[in-house]
Amino acid sequence: MKDWRAYFAILAKDMKTYYLKPPNISWGIIFPLVWTGMFFIRSGSGLGSIPNLLPGVISVAILFGTTSMLAVNITFEKKNRSFERLLLAPIPFELLMLAKTGGAILFGTANAFVPVIIAAFIVDLSGIAWAAFVPGIILIAMSSTFLGLFIAVAVSEVFEAQTFSNFFRFPMIFLCGLFFPIAKLPVFLKPFSYALPLTYGADILHGAVHGEHALPYLLDFGALTAFCLVLFAASLWNIKRKWIL
Amino acid sequence: MFDAIAVQGIKKRFDEVQALDGISFNVKKGELFGFLGPNGAGKTTTINVLTGLARPDAGKVVIDGIDCTRRPKAAQHLVGVVPDESNLYPELSGFGNLCFCAALYGMPSKERKRRAQRLLADFGLDKAADRKFATYSKGMKRKLTIAAGIIHRPEILFLDEPTTGIDVASARQLRQLISDLHQSGTTIFLTTHYIEEAERLCDRIAFIVSGRIVKTDSVARLLQPLRGRHVLEITCTGITAKIERALSVEFPGLDFSIGKQSIVRVEAGEEIRVGPLVRFLEEAGTEVAEARKVKPSLEEVFIKVTGIEAEAMEKEKERKGRKE
Ligand SMILES: Nc1ncnc2c1ncn2[C@@H]1O[C@H](COP(=O)(O)OP(=O)(O)OP(=O)(O)O)[C@@H](O)[C@H]1O
Ligand SMILES: [Mg+2]
Repeated sequence: MKDWRAYFAILAKDMKTYYLKPPNISWGIIFPLVWTGMFFIRSGSGLGSIPNLLPGVISVAILFGTTSMLAVNITFEKKNRSFERLLLAPIPFELLMLAKTGGAILFGTANAFVPVIIAAFIVDLSGIAWAAFVPGIILIAMSSTFLGLFIAVAVSEVFEAQTFSNFFRFPMIFLCGLFFPIAKLPVFLKPFSYALPLTYGADILHGAVHGEHALPYLLDFGALTAFCLVLFAASLWNIKRKWIL
Repeated sequence: MFDAIAVQGIKKRFDEVQALDGISFNVKKGELFGFLGPNGAGKTTTINVLTGLARPDAGKVVIDGIDCTRRPKAAQHLVGVVPDESNLYPELSGFGNLCFCAALYGMPSKERKRRAQRLLADFGLDKAADRKFATYSKGMKRKLTIAAGIIHRPEILFLDEPTTGIDVASARQLRQLISDLHQSGTTIFLTTHYIEEAERLCDRIAFIVSGRIVKTDSVARLLQPLRGRHVLEITCTGITAKIERALSVEFPGLDFSIGKQSIVRVEAGEEIRVGPLVRFLEEAGTEVAEARKVKPSLEEVFIKVTGIEAEAMEKEKERKGRKE
């Protein structure tokens, strides 16, 4: 009970001080809009192609939303030493980090639904397999958040975190099969694709939206869950090693 | 009953620096224990090791009977920490910060608010309660940081240089607050480089230099060797080694030494008569500006034990404080 009070206090504080700030909210809305518009214009096809664009736009919105927020949230608090307060609090370290990342996961999930809601006004989305779609989005948000955490823990400055996460984000967008099918990638790039969490997330979304997925759902969900666990454990290990002197 | 803190042979190394080199001490329940030492002595590192922010390379830490050496989180619910720099959330108000800190210790929402309001009033911050922490002055920040450290009513409070870098009036107020907390039964571990502060507040003091404790004792016991000893300092220009020798011959019962800035220090086991000394010095051709009796203080003990000039230690600290 006591631990959960601390958990919700941390979550609520992060929401208030980071995620619900006007610049972040507008970012969360405008960013997916711009991406949708961009692909819509590029593909030159009619309104009917919007569902095909959704997986890409959603994934990119989640990826950027979560990783950039975490870089600020964690790195900033480490630098101004308020993070020490959290390390001094008598709550399990794992719960503390779940609270610290919970806000980003919610923020990423909310970001993902912006393009979905917009699309719902334009086209018929009744064909989407929601039972795979929603858990898929949440798992993508979790894995990108933990990737962001992993990056934020590995560096010590906010700008380093931003640079370092771009190093992951951009290749990821192009290798994960969102915009180019992995089957069409050069052979030597394929192993990289399968080493990225977003590849499996994108596959779930493709499957849920228009039924074409390359891997079985079970494998996709399993792989994403494994990525979450490994990234979270690695981040915790890193924090214990580097921040508890 | 367990000691509040029992530390055995703590060592901690950072790359080339041996920050702690085998530190051992005990703090009894309800005691106000002072850690007195110059910059880089290892005071903050000791607090970090005791509170779970740093892992010792060797040694044992027991807080209230709980062995925290391998499980740094085991006793954190008993402990409050006030760091040397205010590290609250700049974005939150004073009230918001206190409520948040209380929540970290699992306090229910209603009690949190009541306690935060109470502490804000006690610390004279009620008018600034709704202002962002970022807009607080240095003294206000320090007060709120202390309030945040005691919001969950810890049994043991760690205070890292609470009065450094704030004005005299605020410092006095803070000392009063610390004294009140001590009176109410909280065990306090206080680091400071102000010898007078340590002397005034602490039950027992440890002198720490370069990661080692060179002496630990109660203030009364530390001052014991100085009991019944009288010291007179005479400021005079034109003093020479020859005059000093003549003084020793003329006044065989007294000890003389010449310090910096032509101060003649006279020590004796009995009351020193000022008149004959001043007369002798003036007849010898010096000009006496001042003669004053010095009350034996912890400062002398500190200098004797550590070989560090107290003034140098405090000056350096002030410079550092201003830069920050
Ligand atoms: N994270 C760190 N990395 C490297 N060296 C460190 C680290 N923390 C402390 N040290 C070194 O350990 C020694 C003890 O530092 P510590 O901060 O404990 O001293 P202190 O007594 O608190 O000094 P001050 O009065 O300046 O606060 C110093 O030489 C310091 O440079
Ligand atoms: Mg210090």
